[in-house]
Amino acid sequence: MSNRLFTKDTQAIFWNNNKSAIQRMLDYDYVIGREKPSVAAIVAPTSSNKFEKFFYGPDEIMVPLYRTTADAVNEHKNADVLLNFASFRTAYDVSMEAINMGDQFKTIMVTAEGIPERLARKMNQAARDNGILIIGPATVGAITPGAFKIANIGGTIENIIKSKLHRAGSAGLVTRSGGLFNELCNIISLNADGVAEGVAIGGDRFVGSVFIDHLLRMEENPDVKYMILLGEVGGVEEYKVIEAVKSGKIKKPIIAWCIGTIAKHFSSGVQFGHAGASANAERETAEAKNAAMREAGIHVPNSFNDLPQTIHQVYSDLRKKGVISEIEEPEVRAIPKTRKPKNFICTISDDRGEEATYAGYPISSVATPDTGKSIGDVVSLLWFKKVYPKWATDFIETVIKTVADHGPAVSGAHNAKVTARAGKSVVESLVTGLLTIGPRFGGAIDGAAKYFKYANDNNMTPQEFLAYMKKQGIPIPGIGHRIKSLRNPDKRVEGLKKYANEFFPSTSLLDYALEVEQLTTSKKDNLILNVDGTIGILMVDMWRALGYSEKEIDEFIESGTLNSFFILGRTIGFIGHILDEKRLAMPMYRHPFDDILYDVKPAEEIK
Amino acid sequence: MAQRAIREYDGKAIFAKHWNDYFDGFHYSFKSVLVTSADELRQKAKEHGFEWLNQEPLVAKPDMLFGKRGKNDLVLFKVEKPGDVTLEDAAKWIEEKQSHEVTLLTGQKGKLTHFIVEPFTPHTQDQEYYISATVVDEDDVLYMSAEGGMEVEEGWEEKVNEVRIPITMSDDEMERAIKANVPDGIPAENRERFASFAIQFFKFYRDLNFAYLEINPIVMVGNDMHILDLVARLDDTAGFLMKDKWGDIEFPTPFGMEDMSPEEKAIAEADAKSGASLKLTILNPEGRIWTMVAGGGASVVYADTIADLAGVKDLANYGEYSGGPTESETQFYAETIFDLMTRYKDPRGKVLIIGGAIANFTDVAKTFTGIIKALEKYADKLKEHDTKIYVRRGGPNYEKGLKDIKDAAERLGLYMEVYGPETHVTDIVRMALEK
Repeated sequence: MSNRLFTKDTQAIFWNNNKSAIQRMLDYDYVIGREKPSVAAIVAPTSSNKFEKFFYGPDEIMVPLYRTTADAVNEHKNADVLLNFASFRTAYDVSMEAINMGDQFKTIMVTAEGIPERLARKMNQAARDNGILIIGPATVGAITPGAFKIANIGGTIENIIKSKLHRAGSAGLVTRSGGLFNELCNIISLNADGVAEGVAIGGDRFVGSVFIDHLLRMEENPDVKYMILLGEVGGVEEYKVIEAVKSGKIKKPIIAWCIGTIAKHFSSGVQFGHAGASANAERETAEAKNAAMREAGIHVPNSFNDLPQTIHQVYSDLRKKGVISEIEEPEVRAIPKTRKPKNFICTISDDRGEEATYAGYPISSVATPDTGKSIGDVVSLLWFKKVYPKWATDFIETVIKTVADHGPAVSGAHNAKVTARAGKSVVESLVTGLLTIGPRFGGAIDGAAKYFKYANDNNMTPQEFLAYMKKQGIPIPGIGHRIKSLRNPDKRVEGLKKYANEFFPSTSLLDYALEVEQLTTSKKDNLILNVDGTIGILMVDMWRALGYSEKEIDEFIESGTLNSFFILGRTIGFIGHILDEKRLAMPMYRHPFDDILYDVKPAEEIK
Repeated sequence: MAQRAIREYDGKAIFAKHWNDYFDGFHYSFKSVLVTSADELRQKAKEHGFEWLNQEPLVAKPDMLFGKRGKNDLVLFKVEKPGDVTLEDAAKWIEEKQSHEVTLLTGQKGKLTHFIVEPFTPHTQDQEYYISATVVDEDDVLYMSAEGGMEVEEGWEEKVNEVRIPITMSDDEMERAIKANVPDGIPAENRERFASFAIQFFKFYRDLNFAYLEINPIVMVGNDMHILDLVARLDDTAGFLMKDKWGDIEFPTPFGMEDMSPEEKAIAEADAKSGASLKLTILNPEGRIWTMVAGGGASVVYADTIADLAGVKDLANYGEYSGGPTESETQFYAETIFDLMTRYKDPRGKVLIIGGAIANFTDVAKTFTGIIKALEKYADKLKEHDTKIYVRRGGPNYEKGLKDIKDAAERLGLYMEVYGPETHVTDIVRMALEK
């Protein structure tokens, strides 16, 4: 299908988060009933967001955002069009990076006006050498009606429908000017049956593709029955078209007009229209080109004002000859007049249907024992939007059970008990307990996962890791226990390790952590891998085995997912302590004086 | 934004500034002054560093972008015999040339305002070489000839060697190609030196983003280079990269085009400040038909159509606004035009074309609010000049825009016809002329 510029499956990466232009593309997609959105991803170098919301018809969809083209390409290998909306200062670099990505991109559209000419020439040549089509610079883009439209071309959706750009017609259209492109589409819809493929090649002096490149493709495109060319004063590109017509390379009828006949009245200085539009010689004038095209058998009207009649004539003639047949007008999906952006997004559960679902699974399909599903499965659905295998969900459940409680003396349980004894409710008491969870209480799970993974990712030997942590001035999280030691191991740790060894496909980080433990215990007997450390490290091993990328796992750690297991599990214990207090009906707690060191000196008076 | 000519003086100054970085093994003494009057020249001669103006024979010529100054008899290099021009001779000559309007052989007319004055370089015809570089199609081309001077354009094919240098050509290949094409007429003892200079000349042209650079003639005396005459255009789109290298460069208006009017200047300044595009050229201040057209392409077809149907004399201005100007920018642009068009009476009345194609993304209603405000301000003057206004526009929010402007015209008692996308873009010109 290389003779068609775009198809209904074409997807683009949009460089720059130009929201209104992207919205116009998605509106177009909706109107013509595309299956996939035409914008696969957005590159927004300075944004830290992960997606941008857009309307798709009455609904909203999310388009992913990336910091670099390389990241976007990694996730969207099938997007073969780059819409380069960078400014004239950076557009060259953005294009060159894309050109050097090998066969990722077939087409690059460059919108910036005024890229330095030498850079534009380099960019254009590099693209040609790599078989990539550049549209622009200084263009509004291109459109294949009914399939794919670039950014703002065609204007508003109302104008697009009015100009019949929502479905394929039979004209191939090439213009220099973007503003007149729209106008021509309107003229063609009024005087013929619309456009099959249209390109505005751009107004700068050096553009990546010229009239002839597009007309030769259109000659081979069976959807195009005749072609319309709107040229401009300046340059000799029209003569290449004349050559192709004379040599028989182009056989389809062409209608053409060069604007800028005014220029002949002004010998110097006045720049009419675009940077590319300046005649350096007689044959570059609009008159000369119009005359030469007419002479070659191209349909050239007497003036721009007569162009509509010429189009109508050529079209009617082709209709009579049966080259063009009647077009059946397709249904048009209407875009709602008013749309309200949604304030909240939910991607994990849905209560709108017959039965509420967890990540697409009805609650009843995971709730009762006969479903074979456990709390681990529910966590995997609601936290990770995935159905984890049984070894993983069992591990999650093991973790929750393991961390459920650690007696009344730890700070969280103590807080919960004190609050309960002050007569507060279960939920109030619970949150006072939960609020202590953080870097010092329960935080070792996060810390262990973070630092051990970091060391492992960077191929540090255990010695190097210890030296690194010492330099950072941080005790290694997940190492050390108050009373347990190698000789007197922690049974919880033993259980977790045994389970992992038996059921995990691999335990690379645990293996590494045990090497570290050998080193630390050689220094001090109780510097063992403790239960927090083991959980954090095995979680990383679990995710690795489940196929998550290192970057995704880092994001889990960063976002506090590991801590969440501790919060979830320990909530069970806290509620136990609170209910215990309620049953015991203990009075308000007051700390004894003799347990506090009072050291109060009279306040110094500052004069 | 495109390729723009700079003064000979500025071109030479750029050479001088970067000479040591590029022209290894060659020497160039930059002795030139740019003056706008004879007194300025006399004053300059008193400054330190410019003693040579009193000590050496001089050459003076206008520095205003036009060529063929020799043929136009606008180069002062002798009073009695070549090389006898003194400071006072040059000053008097400048005074004389500034006392009247000058008409060139091409018919361009205007006052001379800028002169370049330099030492006279005695040399023989056979020491004059020619070198230039520019872009042809997609490639750079270097031109070299052993015969410089005024006559180089006659017999160009035989005299000049061309070297085509594609953008992707390596420096090694480029150097080989230049060496292989040194013109035969350059004597053996100078060939290697000339090739070396030509290579450095090309690199200088390329790296400094010249679009055109010509030295004609260049005189080579040993390793001393004398740039006798220079024509240069810069690619001004590269300005943001070349800020330091070009320095504070001026792009003068070509000779014969009167200096920009204050109105054109004001629009150009607004354009430079804005993200949108605002352009205005006054073609005939007494013209009958004035245009205020949105979009570069549309503005050209309106101008074409007016010239076709009414004749070019009636066309008062050329210009365009595009790229989503703000309301106040549009208002300012409109007021400037309304002000200009109500200065001279025309017995047939005036025509104002508020035209445009179907916009891609510009909000028509928004830009029209700016025009409406300007109409409110100038309604009386426009009526005084019996102005008929024709509006045609499409694009985002055009229905509202057209309705608003129509309502405003009724309220203000202005004659106005309003059309949308169903009317051919330039058809309002025909309608206006048939009235």
